[in-house]
Amino acid sequence: MTNKNNEYEKEVDELSLDDEQRVKILSPWAMVFKRFIRNKLAITGSIFIFAMFLFSFVGGLITPYEEDQVFTKYDEMYKIFAGVSENDKFKYIVEDDKEFSLINQSNFILTVNSSKEYFESKDEMFVTEKIDDEYYIVNNANEVAIAMSIGKNINVSASDTSLTDDFNEMAKNSVKQNETFFEVNSKKYYAIHNRKNSVFYEIKELAVATKNIYSYSDKDIENNFLFCKNVEDAIYNQHKSFELDGNNYEVKLTNDGTEVFKNNEIYASLLKFQMEPIYEDVFIDLEFKKVIKNAIINNLNEFIYKDQNGNDAVYRLYRQNLQWTVEKQESTYLVDAYSAPSNKHWLGTDGHGMDLLTRLMYGGRISLRIGFIVVIIETFIGVILGGVAGYFGKFWDNLIMRIVDIFNCIPSLPLIIILGSVMDQLRVAPEVRLNVLMLVMAFLGWPGIARMVRGQTLFLREQEFMTATEATGLDVSKRIFKHLIPNIIPQLIVICTLSLGGVILMESVLSFLGVGVKFPFASWGNIINAVSNVFVMSSYLFVWIPAGMCILITVLGFNFIGDGLRDAFDPKMKR
Amino acid sequence: MRNYIIKRLLISVVILFFVTLILYTIFRNIPTSFVESIARERANLPGSKSYSEWLNQLNAVYGMDKGIFQGYLQWAQSAIQGNFGDSWKYNIPVIQKFRETIWYSAALGGITFVLQIIIAVPLGILAARKQYSKTDYAITVVALIGISLPVFFFATILKLVFAIKLGWFDLYGTVGRYYYQLDTFGKILDIGKHFVLPIIAIVLISIGGLMRYTRTNMLEVLNADYIRTARAKGLSEKRVINYHAFRNTLIPIVTIIGGSLPGLFAGSLITETLFGITGIGKTAYDAMVGGDIPFSMFYMSFLAVLTLLGTLIADILYAVVDPRVRIR
Repeated sequence: MTNKNNEYEKEVDELSLDDEQRVKILSPWAMVFKRFIRNKLAITGSIFIFAMFLFSFVGGLITPYEEDQVFTKYDEMYKIFAGVSENDKFKYIVEDDKEFSLINQSNFILTVNSSKEYFESKDEMFVTEKIDDEYYIVNNANEVAIAMSIGKNINVSASDTSLTDDFNEMAKNSVKQNETFFEVNSKKYYAIHNRKNSVFYEIKELAVATKNIYSYSDKDIENNFLFCKNVEDAIYNQHKSFELDGNNYEVKLTNDGTEVFKNNEIYASLLKFQMEPIYEDVFIDLEFKKVIKNAIINNLNEFIYKDQNGNDAVYRLYRQNLQWTVEKQESTYLVDAYSAPSNKHWLGTDGHGMDLLTRLMYGGRISLRIGFIVVIIETFIGVILGGVAGYFGKFWDNLIMRIVDIFNCIPSLPLIIILGSVMDQLRVAPEVRLNVLMLVMAFLGWPGIARMVRGQTLFLREQEFMTATEATGLDVSKRIFKHLIPNIIPQLIVICTLSLGGVILMESVLSFLGVGVKFPFASWGNIINAVSNVFVMSSYLFVWIPAGMCILITVLGFNFIGDGLRDAFDPKMKR
Repeated sequence: MRNYIIKRLLISVVILFFVTLILYTIFRNIPTSFVESIARERANLPGSKSYSEWLNQLNAVYGMDKGIFQGYLQWAQSAIQGNFGDSWKYNIPVIQKFRETIWYSAALGGITFVLQIIIAVPLGILAARKQYSKTDYAITVVALIGISLPVFFFATILKLVFAIKLGWFDLYGTVGRYYYQLDTFGKILDIGKHFVLPIIAIVLISIGGLMRYTRTNMLEVLNADYIRTARAKGLSEKRVINYHAFRNTLIPIVTIIGGSLPGLFAGSLITETLFGITGIGKTAYDAMVGGDIPFSMFYMSFLAVLTLLGTLIADILYAVVDPRVRIR
């Protein structure tokens, strides 16, 4: 009840013409201001714009981050560490300073598969000596003698005179017994027996072919022909040890396969697996190889072993047919892209790992800057051309209005898109682009303002006060700038406020399409551009929703203010 | 009246001449390295013409080897005959591509246009009748939000809610996956379904302007003397609004509606691109981004013609509806 009374009294106060009311004569601008602040929407708009200015310009100073500061993080990731394959092929350990070419290696396989003992390649002759299914010795062969059998007589004719009688004996023997390998004076020979004649070759060991993979305790040790041959022989003959270069080696069969010890320390291990680390500087030691092998045999997916620094590391094993990939869990240095809002980044980070809140602030600066600069240029051109057209009329009016018509017909969005794509092609620097963008937008935007100014000028020119200025003999520039322009200013302010919103909207559209403000500059439009990736659109709402709200609030703010100003300036629209 | 129309037509032709001249000059002044690199790119496409053929063709249609003015005359001559050359991007005559795509845009534009009028005009009148009421505020705020909302943002929200979260519509495209297995009626329904989201987007964005225009005009009419007279002689409020006020409000509205008719064919570049509707807007956007000069030049001239037609229609309609204008 009291409330209603108060309201009533207030109303009476306003309507009554007592002294208190009469003293309050407001200037026109104060009247406008009073009407403006009574408009709720206009106030809301002002608050919006004030907040956006604070957010962009002050916020940009407060924020601890830079506009294009990229954030990174450490994350645990599995990285490929080594490749493992089960070996079922022959490996060749060739004697020092000799060669066993790839072609000969294939020839060797063909020979073994067809159960032959020799093959020829180019001018060379090779003899394979089978010791075991998985252990062959490859020899170089040189023809030394021919034997002819005539009846029961065997006639050996040697091409090398150094051959002794012992050789002849053994050769005859081998022909009789159809033996292929024989040895004379610790030299080895090989014979090919045909029906009537035989050919004898002296053979020299060239390489060991074995299916075992030799792994050594130290990364500097390389495969050695003599060592491998001795090991293979020891395994074949089931010897426990052998001697080489004055060192004694022990060969033991353990749970992990065959191992070779030197001075009671493990020296080499024979595995069925080939293990190659991805990085050349990494050496997989014997113990680790055994762990990997056991993991493969036991079908483990994950195992733990110490890394180079002695810390435990987690390894993963992937199998593809007879190949395994060992992956090591490592902490990796990553760009912190699309991280969710947190204490550190209140709105998260974008696809480049930049802080979104900071980007929004700097984007606001650019949008507002573009808006104001474009509108100022637009207004400058528009007021001058519109004023000239309206004030001088006749020829000038006709000319300028036709120019306005022409500019009105040029589609601005397509034109700017084309210019943008040309600038893309020419790799124009982002700062230059920004300036070109502002100039083009201003150059295409002035006709609206010019039209309004011309219309107002035409109307005001016929008013009495303008006739009075002419009658008092003021010069033209004074008449225009002192008396005409101030009367246009209300409409000008309204149209400028409204086109501020329009320009910001246009800029955001262009940046969204990728032809406006370009990276590294932030702009609300190019932040939303991330939604062209559907996954970002559906999963990372925090990336694009705030930017869209910023545009909406700013443009809405300018439109509210412009609307409120129009009402405030127009005395007919009193409430 | 006839003289008025003829005069306006002649002026429009002169304006069109200058607009296309400016556009041509802009395209001519694009650095040649750009044109050449595009020609080279195009020539690398499978089954395409050779590089020099592309350049020669551009010279032939656009008079690139002549001075700007002679070149323009040559372009204009072939353009009047309907020959805009072959599109660089689509590899077919520009006009043929235009014919393929324009009807999607026209359909989209037509539907949104009708919806826009049905929604905006009554709401604008309502807002004016109840000036400064809550309804008025609500309508004003909605209209201003529509004007201020970036279309790409709103379209993305629509896609997120209705296409991804609810799954009611497809994300992109004019037709669905099973389009070719449907009968005629099904095909129409399918296209219609794909048009729903773009139509919502365009209508909400474009509704604001017409709504506010209607409101302003209605307010002006309601403040006019003849309305006061009508009320004074005791007519019912219903008759005052529906008969006296509404008819007078229609004058500027019919004008603006008539004027925006040609614009229906312009296509909405951003909405079509975002929703993957293969209308003239998306086609032109792809062409422009791909540096397709023949198509871009055609599209921009087309837009200029539409704008001119719009102004012309609006002016003529204004003269037809309001006899006071005709005298001048």
